[in-house]
Amino acid sequence: MIEFKLPSLGADMDEGKLLEWKIRPGDRVSKGQVVAVVDTSKAAVDVEIWSEGTVFELLVESGETIPVGTPMATLLEAGETPQNARHSPHTAAAPQASVAAAASSTPEPAAGVGRRRISPAARKRAEELGVDIETVDGSGPDGAVTLADVEQAAGASRAAAPQAAIDRQAEMRRAIAAAMSRSKREIPHYYLAEPVPMRRATAWLAQANAGRPIAARLLMAVVQLKAVALALKTFPEMNGFFRDGAFQPAAAAHVGVAISLRQGGLVAPAIHDVGEKSLEQLMTELADLVKRARAGTLRSSELADPTITVTNLGEQGVATVYGVIYPPQVALVGFGRIIDQPWVEDGALGVMPIVTTSLAADHRVSDGHRGARFLAELRELLQQPEKL
Amino acid sequence: MKMTYREAVRQAMHEALVADPRVFLMGEDVGKYGGSYACSLGFLEEFGPERIRDTPLSELGFVGAGIGAALGGLRPIVEVMTVNFSLLALDQIVNTAATLRHMSGGQFSVPLVVRMATGAGRQLAAQHSHSLENWYAHIPGIKVLAPATVADARGMLAPALADPDPVIIFEHAQLYNLEGEPAEDGHCDIATAALHREGADVSLVTYGGSLPKTLAAAGQLAAEGIAAEVIDLRVLRPLDMATIFHSVRKTHKAVVVDEGWKSGSLAAEVLARLAEECFYELDAPPARVCSAEVPIPYARHLEEAALPQPARIVAAVRRMLGK
Repeated sequence: MIEFKLPSLGADMDEGKLLEWKIRPGDRVSKGQVVAVVDTSKAAVDVEIWSEGTVFELLVESGETIPVGTPMATLLEAGETPQNARHSPHTAAAPQASVAAAASSTPEPAAGVGRRRISPAARKRAEELGVDIETVDGSGPDGAVTLADVEQAAGASRAAAPQAAIDRQAEMRRAIAAAMSRSKREIPHYYLAEPVPMRRATAWLAQANAGRPIAARLLMAVVQLKAVALALKTFPEMNGFFRDGAFQPAAAAHVGVAISLRQGGLVAPAIHDVGEKSLEQLMTELADLVKRARAGTLRSSELADPTITVTNLGEQGVATVYGVIYPPQVALVGFGRIIDQPWVEDGALGVMPIVTTSLAADHRVSDGHRGARFLAELRELLQQPEKL
Repeated sequence: MKMTYREAVRQAMHEALVADPRVFLMGEDVGKYGGSYACSLGFLEEFGPERIRDTPLSELGFVGAGIGAALGGLRPIVEVMTVNFSLLALDQIVNTAATLRHMSGGQFSVPLVVRMATGAGRQLAAQHSHSLENWYAHIPGIKVLAPATVADARGMLAPALADPDPVIIFEHAQLYNLEGEPAEDGHCDIATAALHREGADVSLVTYGGSLPKTLAAAGQLAAEGIAAEVIDLRVLRPLDMATIFHSVRKTHKAVVVDEGWKSGSLAAEVLARLAEECFYELDAPPARVCSAEVPIPYARHLEEAALPQPARIVAAVRRMLGK
């Protein structure tokens, strides 16, 4: 018997509210499958599972708020049956949860197979009313979501919505406050900055984009992300977590991208294995990530495992950004705006597009000397954009 | 004035024969016997053998003769005893009557009316009981009517005779004894579907002999608190989809009741058009109540089991509403 527990979706999360199960008892689940939607203070997140098996019991009901680490469901491993499964101590010790699970484990019709049943009219009406159809319970034949269900849900959420929106913003502010206070309280930051010539990178990018349709064009942001990830290979002490008084380097660079949200606040979900992906791939993933961050459909793994964060406030117009590290990460890299500046090259004064790169790093893990060499490596990588 | 469907058909033909000397009636047993469903009783005596003509048992021959008469300027009403027998005249209707206007570049028209009985429920077994209206509704070049009420039985013939192109009229054999009121002036259109009952919960679409059954089902549903709208197609070609769309946009649910078999049926056509034009209005998969896919049985209990019945219509609606 495997227990599926509520994962931490970021250092600032200590509890979550289950919005919806995407699985039912009897479903087979595989690694990486989205099994639940959990509301954190920042967003409704698609939570993935990292075990394989058959869902046996759901221990938590929609609407419950539970602390991180609470068992949410149990899975039967291959070969296990409900009879021969080893019951975990938790199931025995939590009679209340078991009652809820027993109630929800009544056999369901085969409607769980394939796409969820939502009538076309219900889907259209939900769009018109701004109701998230995935959150609407179905009352039609085989659990189909009907027009009446949507209108009922809209009526209910109209009453509750403004309050919820205010709560969400307040919650996000509170979460950012908690994480940043902890960062400044616990992490001895040091800051470095380095102006980096961008003539080659901008020229290369312009050429690379010349043959592409607008939708497929690369942004400088992905060039910078890739350069950061490659620099981390030489400077692993910038990449990982500081936990329980020790640094735990990360094997791969999962780069958190700071994305500001329209309604205020920000999230920094990860693009995974940035060092191993092509610029085209990174561009696709970045576009998708930004879209989903703003739509509020991020996945748990994206929120939980960034190993470093990159912020690109240059897009907002500032020349230099000194970031606050997102614990338990140990570094944050900032990019400012690309600005034409007077620049001496080969003894002659000219005009050069310059970006100011910055590093905020955890002095418990690295020293300014290494930090300086990291920024120098980043500068050199950006001089050879064709190799990225 | 209340009358039977049979009397309405008779009055409509009588009126046409009196009004227009070009009109004549021809078919098996229409003269001396007075019509196999007694719709032309007394006509032979009143109008004489030139205008009320008994024919040999050759649908191919007498439907063809009707086409020739229409081309020659007359206004024939050709009666075919049942739709099953009309298959012998398919070549005349599909290859000749329906095509001549097109193939002559508009020089010839075929102002022919073919009346035929259709449908089951009278223990006439598999060679006299089928509902093949959809075969004709498939064919461009003809108009296909299905009077399901006394008013339509009385009113549809005149505009059909006035139509310059061939018109097929299907009279369901179960309807001849139905009683009802014709329209005051006796007239009606042959272009639109008719709303027989209003309701907000589900649209029941039907035609011909299934209309009374569908209305009975709607009454039963009303007793359960389900408001069913009932639409009679009336015209099977061209279909008046606007009326159906209008209804389904209101109810968001549709059940089509069709005595034909499901496969390749008029019910299939209506559902397909709903899917094409009304998809985003649908709140449940549209459903059909049709005849069992067997040749219509002779034994009464089997025949009843094979046909759409009010109980099956009610059950289909309940299932759709999850009740």
